[in-house]
Amino acid sequence: MSVVSTVVFFGAIALIVVNAAGWPDVKQAFFDGDLFRESFPDIARAFVLNVKIFVVAEIVILVFALLIAVLRGLPGPVFFPVRALATIYADLFRGIPTILVIYILGFGVTALQLPGVPISELFWGTVALILVYSAYVSEVYRAGIESVHPSQEAAARSLGLSRFQTLRHVVIPQAVRRVIPPLLNDFIGLQKDTALVALLGVVEAFRQSQIDVSATFNYTPYICTAILFIAITVPLARFTDWLVARDRRRQLAGGMR
Amino acid sequence: MRVGGLVVGLTVLALGLAATATGDPSAPSAIRGCGKGDLTLLKDGTLTVGTDNPAFPPFFGGAEKKPWKISNPYSGQGYESAVAYAVASQLGFTKKQVAWAPLVWTASFKPGKKPFDIYLAQISYLPERAKNASFSNSYYFVNQAVVANAGSPIAKVKTVSGLRQYKLGVTIGTTAYDYVNRFVKPSEKPNVYDSQTDAVSALNAKQIDGIVVDFPSTGYIVNVQLEDGVIVGRLPTRGTREHFGLVLPKDSPNLRCINRAVNRLWANGTIKQLQKRWIAKGAPELR
Repeated sequence: MSVVSTVVFFGAIALIVVNAAGWPDVKQAFFDGDLFRESFPDIARAFVLNVKIFVVAEIVILVFALLIAVLRGLPGPVFFPVRALATIYADLFRGIPTILVIYILGFGVTALQLPGVPISELFWGTVALILVYSAYVSEVYRAGIESVHPSQEAAARSLGLSRFQTLRHVVIPQAVRRVIPPLLNDFIGLQKDTALVALLGVVEAFRQSQIDVSATFNYTPYICTAILFIAITVPLARFTDWLVARDRRRQLAGGMR
Repeated sequence: MRVGGLVVGLTVLALGLAATATGDPSAPSAIRGCGKGDLTLLKDGTLTVGTDNPAFPPFFGGAEKKPWKISNPYSGQGYESAVAYAVASQLGFTKKQVAWAPLVWTASFKPGKKPFDIYLAQISYLPERAKNASFSNSYYFVNQAVVANAGSPIAKVKTVSGLRQYKLGVTIGTTAYDYVNRFVKPSEKPNVYDSQTDAVSALNAKQIDGIVVDFPSTGYIVNVQLEDGVIVGRLPTRGTREHFGLVLPKDSPNLRCINRAVNRLWANGTIKQLQKRWIAKGAPELR
């Protein structure tokens, strides 16, 4: 039954699209087979740079965002300045559009010509993504940390673990496991946003496809880029689903037998 | 020869008299078969000319007037404004019968209906571009050029091969990108920017050593955008001679008439004269 309904549903949509008055124009402008074959290899090569950017950024973000989340959760009046700084950081970088952060860091900081500060546009583009996404991810971590029941911490402390040991061995392992799906969700967003580094002149997949589009007055190269991004993000999404399902199985193991 | 000259002179005189005798005295005489009435226009009696906003020197001049930024296309000043009015005049439009429409240049080649009769914003003709739009004959032949900060090492370069060791920047969708990759072949791939402003920012941040851009744009970069900029030099013409064409809707019935108007402007020296007047000269040619 599901097969029939699926075929009927998508068949109907396909028919509507193909029979639309503007379809031949759209087909020529977006789905030019020859141009697709011609531009795909260059775009795929440029896509390696996107992969490099997000792999480096994701590793740094995992650590940096956790640090921010932990700092924000430090108890007691002594740590107020630290908590305030972490809060301001998260507010600021979640509030400013990513494009602006990239421009400000990529062209602004570098134009200061400070001695010892790198001027590479690739470096600053990646830093901008790290700063923006760490702000989001730190909030995800914080939600995870706060979801661990206080009794867990109390129990750990009563066993003689220090505050750091409690965090390290009791709270964070549980917190991280709970937030893996939203964490990966943010990473999918990050992977797509690597295209924004192109603003600084870096020729990555999106910029390469833009170059091809402007040379041919045809949008087919954008479809190449879309396919490459989907090829990376869809497996990650399915992997997330699988992780969640596995976790569920483990937690329910025994209970539902 | 003298007789020939006399005959031509008389013919011109006669044509002029005919025009003043038959039509609106303020309307310029149109090319035969290419008058206002013979054209398929967006708006009857008006030539709608599209260009990008901001409109800037040396292509547009005059004081800034809303909705236009930096310059005012209606001024008739600046090379492209002057060319547009000269073409309009060849087709029998008065200055008042020309309306300017702001439109981002990338939209001039979008498939589908176009909101202009002719469009000009330093658009180079490329065969691929002619798939979704028609191009008139050239109204300007373009050289590429290199700009840099004065005093930087690249500013001393005298040859094309001397550019190879430098990191260059280009604006997306310009011929400069092709030119750099095919003829300069730098050791590092050029950076590609969304706009000339971004390329200039990167130059100021020392992320690139020089910007390759068509020669007519160098005046704006060096005089307006850079604090201490120099034109390193003009690059020799390579491959197909690049030119700017007026963009028309795909397969426009007006193309033949527009081309006749442009050809006339070349033949009677108007274009040469306008180039001399509006587009800066100078800058050495790199070998």
